Amino acid sequence: MSPRKPVFRHLVAWLALAPMVATVLWVYVGSVLWSMRISVSSSRTLPIGDYVGLRQYARLFDSERWTLSLQNMALFGVLFIVACLAIGFLLAVFIDQRVRGEGVLRTIFLYPYAMSFVATGLVWQWMLNPELGLQSTVRGWGFANFTFDWIVRQDAVMVAIVIAAVWQACGLVMALMLAGLRGIDESLWMAARIDGIPAWRVYASIVLPMLGPSFGTAFVLLSVSVVKVFDVVVAMTQGGPGLASEVPAKFIIDNLLVRANIGLASAASTVLLLTVLALLAPWFYARAHASRRAERVARALRASEPPPGVTA
Amino acid sequence: MTMNASRLGLALAIGLALGGSAHAQANRAEVLHWWTSGGESAAVKELANAYNQAGGTWVDSAIAGGEQARSAAVNRMVGGTPPTAAQFNTSKQFLDLIDQGMLNNVDVVAARNNWDKILPAPILNSIRIKGHFYAVPVDIHMPAWFWYSKPAFAKAGITAEPKTPDEFFADLDKLKAAGIVPLAFGGQPWQEKITFYAWLAHVGGPDMYMKLYRDKDAAMVASPQFKALLTSFKRLHNYVDPGSPNRNWNDATAMVISGKAGVQIMGDWAKGEFATAHQTAGKEFGCFPGFGPKSPYLVAGDVFVFPKITDPAQVKAQQLLATVFTSPATQVAFSNKKGSIPIRTDVDVKALDLCAQQGVAIMKDVSRQLPSPEMLISPDLEGSLQDIITKFWNTSESADDAAKAIAAALKNG
Repeated sequence: MSPRKPVFRHLVAWLALAPMVATVLWVYVGSVLWSMRISVSSSRTLPIGDYVGLRQYARLFDSERWTLSLQNMALFGVLFIVACLAIGFLLAVFIDQRVRGEGVLRTIFLYPYAMSFVATGLVWQWMLNPELGLQSTVRGWGFANFTFDWIVRQDAVMVAIVIAAVWQACGLVMALMLAGLRGIDESLWMAARIDGIPAWRVYASIVLPMLGPSFGTAFVLLSVSVVKVFDVVVAMTQGGPGLASEVPAKFIIDNLLVRANIGLASAASTVLLLTVLALLAPWFYARAHASRRAERVARALRASEPPPGVTA
Repeated sequence: MTMNASRLGLALAIGLALGGSAHAQANRAEVLHWWTSGGESAAVKELANAYNQAGGTWVDSAIAGGEQARSAAVNRMVGGTPPTAAQFNTSKQFLDLIDQGMLNNVDVVAARNNWDKILPAPILNSIRIKGHFYAVPVDIHMPAWFWYSKPAFAKAGITAEPKTPDEFFADLDKLKAAGIVPLAFGGQPWQEKITFYAWLAHVGGPDMYMKLYRDKDAAMVASPQFKALLTSFKRLHNYVDPGSPNRNWNDATAMVISGKAGVQIMGDWAKGEFATAHQTAGKEFGCFPGFGPKSPYLVAGDVFVFPKITDPAQVKAQQLLATVFTSPATQVAFSNKKGSIPIRTDVDVKALDLCAQQGVAIMKDVSRQLPSPEMLISPDLEGSLQDIITKFWNTSESADDAAKAIAAALKNG
């Protein structure tokens, strides 16, 4: 194949990318800017082009439900991400022991992720309901004092939701971790075995640090699902009992569709976007910084001792 | 390539031909609504049949879920391809659309059929804005009936329907003592809200009700009477079972049907559930709209609005829809399937069930009609109040704090 001129190659690449670039600019960035514009207007059912300053934002942070939603999201985020990473990693380690029926187990663990939460959330709702599910069943067996009513309790309902959400998402984390584990060179394990290092120690001191990228990917995926958490709450509690399990996405949808308050909904989504950016920006910066440093190190290494078989 | 192009051409030609022929159909009306459950679609079929018989062509466009259907209608209006008619609740939901000049009025039909004479005042006030009729009402739903199981009442030794709130509480105590769940309750915010409507109207009284929803009267909200009402509303919480949070309304109705629970406070759409279980009003279950012979009757319901279209054929279709929907025969046929009562009292009630007959009789007494809160306050304020009520119901918040929160919401709304 004859090498093409760089300009032409770039042109082709840009042509191929053009539809995607247009989509990103028009649909994503355009919608974001449009929402921000609406958030400083007095729009109700329909978008209106007037300007009311930060009135919608003032009202937003005056609203008890919104602040409660943010707190619930934070609580959900911490519990959900920590539990998913821990359980997902342990499941991956378990499967990595070359257990029998690995394929079956992998499918079982990953299956919840393939199902819509609108359906499985309903099953969870029934299972956790004190009068239909687990509590009444165990009581039926004769343990009259058994109580498991988190889903109807103000102070525990978020935990009940976390349980169901972890059930759904930890299979995905397991798959990511397993891929990472399989990418680790067998020779490392052999070396550790020769040195007589116990397996748990290898996992803790060698494997875990090497799984950094897998953890990073899992963390980003889970964080995104925390910010947009909606279906699990709607399917399990509809934000109840009372306001105890309200989340920001539900606040936005309610105001957008039911309460005919586009202005307030836009303000809320803008705040949500800014929060996410504020949280992610340092992380992106650190990552970019780290990869630049890695590149520099690699270049320095290549320059000092060119690997055999590669001609300059 | 040429093959594909010619196929595309053919498809376009067919599409155009179909579109053209659809245009040629007489009085083609696309009606967007959210009536998708069994009873509801049977009811909407009555409307479609009546329209087709009157020489029109009904194109059904059903979208499940009121919110989704309403936002689809608004989106299509904004996008320039509106349906011929779109369903809304008898409320302030379509007020912004009128303000923005996006609806056609049906003054011609209203004048020809004397709407200002035959329609009850709460509905008139909702659909007649600045002297123009912008919507056609199709039904009246009363969102706060009391439904009770006759076997459960008999088991608890209750012989008559309660005539006062005190009697009602006494009956709830009797049910509890008999080992029955006294109040079948679905703990979802909207159900807590309509229970509050019922309590405010029946226990607080129409005066207090209108001071809150129509006058947004802060002094009334701060009064000891209103706080006493909140306390008495919260007292109902003692009579629900621990499984009530997030229960669907029809699951709560099922508890009354099976006799596991005594009473449910719910709109007249609950009749559909009793009918499906082959129960008849007055036999297995009973209904009362409030306490005593002068109890207020909350008026809510559905309307269709007509998006701004200039095409004379479509305007004609809109007017034919409005005429057909309100005719007495259509009204009776529709109400029977829907569980609602007709929008006019000059109809033959023999075909209606016991509870609906009672409703029509009450509607004849103008002093008992009470507009539902959606007709009086914006969806926004209604949502804020719903948040406050669900919090008060589900937490140990004091009546004082709840009253303060309501006062603050009224100021914002």
